[in-house]
Amino acid sequence: MAETEELYKQMAQSIIDGEAEQAVALAQKSIELQINPLDTITKGFVTGVSYIGEQFGKGEAFLPELVMAGEAMKAAIATLEPELIKLGQAREVLGRVVLATVEGDIHEIGKTLVGTMLSASGFEVYDLGVDASAEKIIGKAIEVNADLIGMSALLTTTMVRQREVIEELDKEGLRPRIKVIVGGAPITKDWAEKIKADGTSEDAVGAVKLAKQLLGKE
Amino acid sequence: MQPKLSLLTDNLIQRILDEAFQLMLKPGIKVQNAEARALLKSAGAAVAEETLVVRIPEPVVRKALETVPRQFQLYDYEGEPGVQYGGEAVHFDPGSSGVAILDPDTLEHRDAQTPDLIRVLKVAEQIPQYDAQSTAIVCTEVKKEIQDLYRLYLVMLYSRKPIVTGAFTNKTVHQMIDMLAIFAGGREALRQKPRAVFDVCPSPPLIWSNFGADNLISLARAGIPAEIVSMPLAGAAAPVTLLGAVTQHAAECLSGITIHQLAQAGSPIVWGGAPSIFDMRKGGTPFGSMETAMIDSSYAQIGKSLGLPTHAYLCATESKLLDMQAGLESGMGALVGALSGINMISGAGMLDSLLCQSPEKLVIDAESIAMAQRMLAGMLIHTETLATGFYEGIDFKGGDFLKQRITMKLFQKEQHVPGAVIDRDSMRGWKESGSLDAFERAKMRVDQLLASYTRPELDPVKVAELHAFVLDLAKQAGMDALPSHELSPAVV
Repeated sequence: MAETEELYKQMAQSIIDGEAEQAVALAQKSIELQINPLDTITKGFVTGVSYIGEQFGKGEAFLPELVMAGEAMKAAIATLEPELIKLGQAREVLGRVVLATVEGDIHEIGKTLVGTMLSASGFEVYDLGVDASAEKIIGKAIEVNADLIGMSALLTTTMVRQREVIEELDKEGLRPRIKVIVGGAPITKDWAEKIKADGTSEDAVGAVKLAKQLLGKE
Repeated sequence: MQPKLSLLTDNLIQRILDEAFQLMLKPGIKVQNAEARALLKSAGAAVAEETLVVRIPEPVVRKALETVPRQFQLYDYEGEPGVQYGGEAVHFDPGSSGVAILDPDTLEHRDAQTPDLIRVLKVAEQIPQYDAQSTAIVCTEVKKEIQDLYRLYLVMLYSRKPIVTGAFTNKTVHQMIDMLAIFAGGREALRQKPRAVFDVCPSPPLIWSNFGADNLISLARAGIPAEIVSMPLAGAAAPVTLLGAVTQHAAECLSGITIHQLAQAGSPIVWGGAPSIFDMRKGGTPFGSMETAMIDSSYAQIGKSLGLPTHAYLCATESKLLDMQAGLESGMGALVGALSGINMISGAGMLDSLLCQSPEKLVIDAESIAMAQRMLAGMLIHTETLATGFYEGIDFKGGDFLKQRITMKLFQKEQHVPGAVIDRDSMRGWKESGSLDAFERAKMRVDQLLASYTRPELDPVKVAELHAFVLDLAKQAGMDALPSHELSPAVV
């Protein structure tokens, strides 16, 4: 038991250190030891992600650490997934999210970061990349039965596209079932309200909090 | 002697260029515009059509560099030269394309509209530290299809200075050139004496978007100066090292220049940028950081080593208010830019990482710029002896030198006499003037400038033609009319 606890600690630490290889090795070890993969995730790896997220919120961890932690988390989950399937268990998916940078805009640093953090936190993320049309975003959301759409825009000339997607969703009667969050440098709370988005966040950690809140998964 | 900041040794410059040439081969440059790819291919570059990646061999780039003009000028409304690109000339212009304006009374950053851009233009027009205007604000109340050209329209009505601008689409760049041509007396006259330079941005890392590449080609063929604004974000969209970011900047600029010169050899183009380090706490782009200024200074040195005109984004801040942070970041940026001999330094007036313009900040930044310009003038030798000549008939009294005619003659050459924004008063005098801080003094100065502004005398026939041209485009975009302002046609 103490050994398992020690392993969980090492798993958390591998995420905090952003050591994907180490995280994968620990995940494999947990499989060999026949530890329940769900426990491995929630008691081990997630602890690390939560810690880094908290530290980031306090200004004591930095973006590279956050990104590396997210990548390590992804690698660990990928290792555990076949095991979960074998056991007929599924990791609780907090929600399905379609993410995209809107049409005409090719900036994706912030959006990708949000995607990393969302998937590290237990969301299923479909990242459509950049320059995504309303049609493409909504089509994907319907296809995967998304709970949430996240749209990014860095340019003031493209932020209006966020409104177009929201209007289109309204027209199709897909809201409020599908929630919409928006982000990007020029995006303010006022803008989010004006275009009737469900929320916006300044950073990736805040976006995860917002997503959980909107889907009632706090 | 113009003092100079050199962060790179000759050896380092060679290494940066060498690696930049390597980057253009591996991983290559992603060129998302078919015509640009075709131009590069016909010049000898290897194009992978499925990935859009182009490998550009060094000789192709070297050939393009041979035909780039070493210098060119921008002209004012009357056709007088106002801005020298190339060599060691240093000019400043207000930062471009703010979407918000600092409300001086409520301190809110509100959506910018026509009256805000007009305030910026009127203030910058009268400040000698700004050799050019910029299309400083995006007016959010007009349709987005015409937002870029509408800014230019207002600048042309309210200013006679040269202009730093840029288009937002492939289509509007032609319309904006047409607008300038109306005032210049045709496209050929505009080419001979360009009033404006157009910013064109590659996308980091190492991408020329369809829009960016198309703008390069359009501007080259029209013979209107282009200004590459390469934006490596060190640590996010570029290597975390400052030298890595400078190298990526070089590769983006060199590939852009190659496309541009292949479209029309000999067309003017500027080695410019708006790089930044990437803030690892907030994910922002701190244009006021010293490291950002160091990237700018270094890439300018690279551009100069190739004999090219230069540009950078400095004199800006992340601060939301006109506080000490705004002052120190903007002032240091202005000084580093000036000492680097950068031909055009954009960014004055900008708060909040280039999102918000402020006429009050333009007034304060003008003092930073004046200080930087004084530094640039360097230590001047005005007299035959440096000092001994001043001591003839001296009586060992404190005020002796004040009585000398030469003091009266030279003091304004030695000293920059600051405007009323800078406080050098006694405590008593400061209190008697209302105990105002720099922001309050700047507000007063802006009010004075708005009151003293006189509009340029423009040819009414050309103004009418310009207005009709822009109104037509506004109608095509679904607007019934243009926002009215004091120089609207009814008033003109």
